[in-house]
Amino acid sequence: MLFPAESTIRIKSIMSNDSTPLLKVRGLSKQFGSVQALSDVSFELRAGEIHSLLGENGAGKSTTIKCITGVHRPETGTVELNGQLIAPRSPREAELIGIGTVYQEVNLLPNLTVLENIVLGRVKTNAFGKIDWKDARNRAKSALSKLEMDIDLDATLSTLPVAMQQLVALARALEVDSKVLILDEPTASLDEAEVENLFRVMNLLRDKGIGIVFITHFLDQVFRMSDRMTVLRNGRYIATRDAKELSKQDLLQDMLGKAFEEMQSRAGELDAIAADRAGRKVQLEVRGLGAPGMIDSVDLELREGEVVGLAGLLGSGRTECARLIFGVDKATTGTVDLKDKRVKQGVPSESIRDGIMLASEDRKAEGIFPNLTVRENIVIALQSRRGPMNPVPREEQDALAKKYIAAMRIKTSGPEAKISELSGGNQQKVLLARWLAAEPKVLILDEPTRGIDIGARAEIEKLIESLSEDGLSMIMISSEMDEEVRCCHRVLVLRDRKVIGELQGSAITESAIVRKIADHE
Amino acid sequence: MSKAAESTVSKKSLRDNPLIWPLAGLALVIAFNLVTGPEFFSVSVRDGHLYGNLVDIFSQGARVMLLALGMTLVIATGGVDLSVGAVMAIGGALAATFVTQMGYGLYVALPITLIIVGTLGFFNGAMVVFGKIQPIIATLILMVAGRGVALLITDSDVVKIQDPAFLYLGKGYILGIPFSLWLVAVIFLVMAVSIRKTALGLLIEAVGDNEHASRFSGIEAGRLKLIVYAVCGALAGLAGVLDAASVSAADPMRVGELKELDAIFAVVIGGTALTGGRFLLFGSILGAILLQALTLTLYNAGVSAAVAPVPKAIVIVGVCLLQSERFRKQITNITKFGGKAS
Amino acid sequence: MKVSLRANPLYATIGVLASLFAVASFSYEGFFSLRVVANLFTDSSFLGVTALGMTVVILSKGIDLSVGSVIGFTTILVAYLVQDAGVPVPVAWGIALVIGVIFGAGMGALIVFYDLPSFLVTLGGLFFAKGMGFVISSSSIGIQNGFYDAVLDFQLQVGPGAYLGAGALAFIVFFVFCVCLLKWSRFGRYVYAVGGNEDSARLMGLPVDQVKIGVYAFNGFCSALAGILTTLYMGSGNPLTGVGMELDAIAAVVIGGTLLTGGIGGATGTLLGVLTFAVIQTILNFDGRFKPAFLRIAIAALLLGFILTQRALARGKE
Repeated sequence: MLFPAESTIRIKSIMSNDSTPLLKVRGLSKQFGSVQALSDVSFELRAGEIHSLLGENGAGKSTTIKCITGVHRPETGTVELNGQLIAPRSPREAELIGIGTVYQEVNLLPNLTVLENIVLGRVKTNAFGKIDWKDARNRAKSALSKLEMDIDLDATLSTLPVAMQQLVALARALEVDSKVLILDEPTASLDEAEVENLFRVMNLLRDKGIGIVFITHFLDQVFRMSDRMTVLRNGRYIATRDAKELSKQDLLQDMLGKAFEEMQSRAGELDAIAADRAGRKVQLEVRGLGAPGMIDSVDLELREGEVVGLAGLLGSGRTECARLIFGVDKATTGTVDLKDKRVKQGVPSESIRDGIMLASEDRKAEGIFPNLTVRENIVIALQSRRGPMNPVPREEQDALAKKYIAAMRIKTSGPEAKISELSGGNQQKVLLARWLAAEPKVLILDEPTRGIDIGARAEIEKLIESLSEDGLSMIMISSEMDEEVRCCHRVLVLRDRKVIGELQGSAITESAIVRKIADHE
Repeated sequence: MSKAAESTVSKKSLRDNPLIWPLAGLALVIAFNLVTGPEFFSVSVRDGHLYGNLVDIFSQGARVMLLALGMTLVIATGGVDLSVGAVMAIGGALAATFVTQMGYGLYVALPITLIIVGTLGFFNGAMVVFGKIQPIIATLILMVAGRGVALLITDSDVVKIQDPAFLYLGKGYILGIPFSLWLVAVIFLVMAVSIRKTALGLLIEAVGDNEHASRFSGIEAGRLKLIVYAVCGALAGLAGVLDAASVSAADPMRVGELKELDAIFAVVIGGTALTGGRFLLFGSILGAILLQALTLTLYNAGVSAAVAPVPKAIVIVGVCLLQSERFRKQITNITKFGGKAS
Repeated sequence: MKVSLRANPLYATIGVLASLFAVASFSYEGFFSLRVVANLFTDSSFLGVTALGMTVVILSKGIDLSVGSVIGFTTILVAYLVQDAGVPVPVAWGIALVIGVIFGAGMGALIVFYDLPSFLVTLGGLFFAKGMGFVISSSSIGIQNGFYDAVLDFQLQVGPGAYLGAGALAFIVFFVFCVCLLKWSRFGRYVYAVGGNEDSARLMGLPVDQVKIGVYAFNGFCSALAGILTTLYMGSGNPLTGVGMELDAIAAVVIGGTLLTGGIGGATGTLLGVLTFAVIQTILNFDGRFKPAFLRIAIAALLLGFILTQRALARGKE
């Protein structure tokens, strides 16, 4: 754990233990098309507590939040605020009755001032329709003072760092006297100092009796900050527990269910494989690769059939490193060499022609072509590798599509179905098929299992294993550390945009990775 | 049961076929004319040439077809080219000036003209690719400047054309069919083959569907866009030359006025979505024909040419509504509700 | 940072305007005078009003291509009502403005409710209004009317030989109104909010749909008002007036430093943009060597320059 033993200072939370729940969610169910996103989800939030809502991607956290804040309307279930039934029809209505929300990507207006971002939508006007800026200014000031923060009200929002913008969003939520604050992944893009400041503010607000629903992927933060936590899995309520009574092991058990045990049992096998891979020929050699603001000088050797993980917290430079090797961002220093060929930098089409490919973490924006068919989505990288004047014959396309749909068990009505009709996990499989069809020498997988269900996740992990046996070299990034533990033969640990350590074979454990990150002061 | 399932499947695929809209539109126009005046369809042969409304639709539609072909590709990449009308004026003015005032033969004048207008299109593409400017805005610049340039080329005059070879472009016939139609047919075939027999079509569609992802897939979107805008410019210039040839004069002020709108109309109604991605060259040809048939029908029905934009506007907005997800849903809801009630 | 982002394009516009005016003042006798300045306002009154409306649309991240046609339609409608139908002038103006608002709101509703691209819907609007103008009359209608004469006779002397006509005054008043509207009213700030990030604005609980419809309704009003000013300026109505005016308006807005990506810019910049436009036009009038065709080319060149500068600024920020 990153910040151990700090969770003992909990006086306020004990005091509020007996009070009636501030927010009571009972039996929420929500269906999207044929997908049951939520079924019978319940939890209670007390005044003056920080309550974490936990679960894997797709567990139903954000759907739950959206049902509470009026973005979605649940089919069944009720929400009570202070004992009164509520059913807001929009986030604005929710805000007005005292439920404020702050999202991961700051949902404010970059082109307007801090002042406007705090009060817009709730300003008073005089008889001529002129906004009463003086009143607005006072209200904004008092909201900021609740955070004990001093931010220039006339600064344009876009000129502030993200962490500040988030505090502005918090101030906006407080300006209406929110009793419930929902923080949806607020720490995802913050650095350590900024996280600390946010935590300070969160503690401050809790002490003022505000109930905070906290959503985050960082388990350390969960243990450090929350009084209680509720775990969801596959859209269902699993358990609510007191933070003090719970070990991390138990929590993972709750979150992952049976899959967790299966994963545990496989951890030991990797040593022999790792040793074997370490003796093979070097496939990719990265020397001194870096770019300002992305990552400092990375060295990396990747051998045939080897799977190397890049571990570290979000913002440690994992994804940036992958993007530089692939060339979708341009490095200012360093070289990338394949066996004996230097790869031209900053030109993804060249990298693909040379055999380096990146399966991006952002499937929707950087992966799928939503209106093209499964077949076309599979052959497109091979096609661009061959060049526009050398089309992949239709028979070959059909054969490839057929082969990968069968091999990867892609659930689709056929190769001519639009990819957007497939589920997230199957889209991810199509994307992997795209890269495999293009015959890579080095495949970089950035969050290959993000947002897909546990079954598909296990299949993808198996696929990575068998590809490695076939000699494909891979670089893997995953925020689920256990995944890297299971899949990788070697792990480079990154922190603050630098490689700070390396682990191999059975030495790769979650605690070892976390220790490396934490110890490196 | 299985029969019912089958019929819904075929219904779905029929509705999903984008060519259904221009065809349905054409059917409507034809039906209207059958009722009001079947003489609309009479085709006669005079001096070995075909005459009649049907021939007019095609021959007058030739220019819009050219514009629409280029515009289809541009729209498929997720862009739009507002400058085609202005480029038409430049094309006509250039060719007419080369031939009439500078005494070049058409065989010299035409290629030079096409190279110049192609370069103008390339310039549009460069603004989009290298300048990273939204296509509407990037091409707006040439749209504003183009007519001024055309006026400068002709010294603000209408250039009269007498060169027989030039006039043949607009008025000549081969096998009784206007030369301009042959030209469009050849260009269409060349484009269709070169796009579908290579991977260009697929790559263009990928760029239009998700440009960001296309970069990750190693597609050189910039290069494709430059080509596409250059082709669009060249075709627009050629349309301007045909226009000048058909009226024996290049009028830099009037030629191509609002033609960018006709071209976009033909493309959209032909089933290519304005958001880019999937495109249908043949759909755009059908769209251009529908547009011309509509104009001519209105004209025959006594609606003056000046008022014709009104029904055009209604059709444009109607087609967009039909392509709008929300509108379709509303309609299905209404019909569902009606079904329940009865 | 804040200053540079918001005001930089404005400085550029002021620079261009001042240097154009200075060069012209040195080159042409009689250019540097209050009379020329007053005429700048008179000549650009209708373009100015349209451009102000367009500013609001562009700030909301939309575009409206129909303005030129709506202006043409309004001129012929007003001329027809006053001249042929004998409707009192204020009533005719009122009808024209109401039609403009309804027309704009209708386009806005289509854009909002059916999620259609604004440029396409307003393209339809362009066709529609253009055709409807010809439905009223296909040729120009001159206006002979006492009220019109009285309005035309009204001139405010602002200096020796320098007069501001009714159109120019209307433009100036309307400009002040727009500045206040954008700076101090809820609607104005919401327009910036929607242009800044529509999704955020929605999550912040702002009435995004109403604002967007309001923007097009407001621009419809502006187009109709510009049409009325045009009838004052020309003393007649003609369905052909206003062709291509949408381009001039967009150009003036962009030269005035309003970003086409929405959310940044304002009415003051647009005023400067319109005046730049007018100065170039005046220079062309003063100097016989330039052909009228140069106006468009000069405007396009300025447009290009400004768009590229905006891009460079935006990239520098990234």
